[in-house]
Amino acid sequence: MNNNSFNLAYRDRGTWLDRASGATKLLAFIFLSGISMIVLDTRFLIFLVILSLIVLKISRVKFSEVSFLIKLVVFFMIINLLMIYVLAPGYGAQLYHSKDIIFGSGPYALTKQELLYLVNISLEYFVAVPLALIFLLTTNPSEFASGLNRIGISYKISYAVSLALRYIPDVTKEYQQISLSQQARGNEISKKAGFFKRLRGAAAILVPLLLSSIDRIESVSQAMELRRFGAKKKRSWYFAEQLKAVDWLVLFIVLLIMIGGVILLVVNGGRFWNPFIH
Amino acid sequence: MWGNKKSFISVRDVVAIGIGTAVFFVLMRFLAIPTPVSNTTINLGEPWLSLIGAIFGPIVGFLVGFIGHALNDTASGWGVWWTWVFADGVLGLLLGLTKSRLKLQSEHLTKKKIIFFNIWQVVSNAIAWFLIAPLGDIVVYKQPAAKVFLQGIWAGIGNIVAIAIVGTILLVAYSKTRTRSGSLKSED
Repeated sequence: MNNNSFNLAYRDRGTWLDRASGATKLLAFIFLSGISMIVLDTRFLIFLVILSLIVLKISRVKFSEVSFLIKLVVFFMIINLLMIYVLAPGYGAQLYHSKDIIFGSGPYALTKQELLYLVNISLEYFVAVPLALIFLLTTNPSEFASGLNRIGISYKISYAVSLALRYIPDVTKEYQQISLSQQARGNEISKKAGFFKRLRGAAAILVPLLLSSIDRIESVSQAMELRRFGAKKKRSWYFAEQLKAVDWLVLFIVLLIMIGGVILLVVNGGRFWNPFIH
Repeated sequence: MWGNKKSFISVRDVVAIGIGTAVFFVLMRFLAIPTPVSNTTINLGEPWLSLIGAIFGPIVGFLVGFIGHALNDTASGWGVWWTWVFADGVLGLLLGLTKSRLKLQSEHLTKKKIIFFNIWQVVSNAIAWFLIAPLGDIVVYKQPAAKVFLQGIWAGIGNIVAIAIVGTILLVAYSKTRTRSGSLKSED
């Protein structure tokens, strides 16, 4: 069982990022990761990578907190890149409508176009990962729910998200207890057991977890109903915060980046920046 | 349950989404059995999703799949891959459509219903992982078709196997705990 990545949690590190409202960070996260998905201009992606690394540095997240995760991501990224190259070595040439072979011959010749495409994919990882980390590590989960509500999502859904965040530690603890007691009864779920044995072992953990979770759903919903949850159209939040100057500044910068991305889409005449055709 | 009839989700649904997502998240995290293709694991969140859908219906199913997958991607650190998040939501929605046929709350779970559930889960997984996830990756992320279809098909098959075995066990176990309608008779 691997707890390393699970320990990633919000902690007030005393920077302006912690003071910015949850709604701002959520919007910035969604818009920036969205524009990095759409505009596959290598220069734009490099800019976003540098920006998100600078913000990660500013957020005072220690490298030791995220080093495990970064190794994992690099591992996945390399496998992904290898898979793309093995399955579609000519995809870059197809995307950029040209073919400049660097070395080799035949279908697996390495072209400049394929290389640029693979660089784009790697850059996407290096944008997406720091953004997700910054968002995760600087946002108070309770404030996150009020942020969701503020950007226009129904308060019932926002509350469901905050319930999820609230119950993840409880469910984790319960899962671990059930898992240990099943293992004490000789139920093997580690690598030593075969695939189907592992599946059946998993079911033996899932059944008690399921029954207790369904019970929990019943009792929590009855408690909430007794307190008249959902009776009104609106709900106030203990953690709700007014937008401050720093929030408006962040949103303004995000807006500028979005406009920059859209301009690049028009200038490039598509989602890719193509340096190969003049 | 009164007073909320006009709302599209009841209080019980809100709590089911919250706790359902928490369980989904924990299962995705701790009970994932790895497969040889990159980024894909046999994921025991999906059997749980099939049960939550069958009990609470399509809206809860969609939101548990969507929020659970998004939270897991955020906390995993490989960035949120929205196309797969969306595909998981659609899977939950489709699995939720079994609610009205299975009637787990009030009726016996017959063999016929189990077979129906399994045929439907194969169809739902095929739509989510053989179509939506790879097509989304091609359109949104401009990934090569061969790679995303291989990943999608692999993940889909894993989910089908997991739901066929574990999902069915969960359905049977849950159904046994329910009190049937008509189990009480008034005394003469």
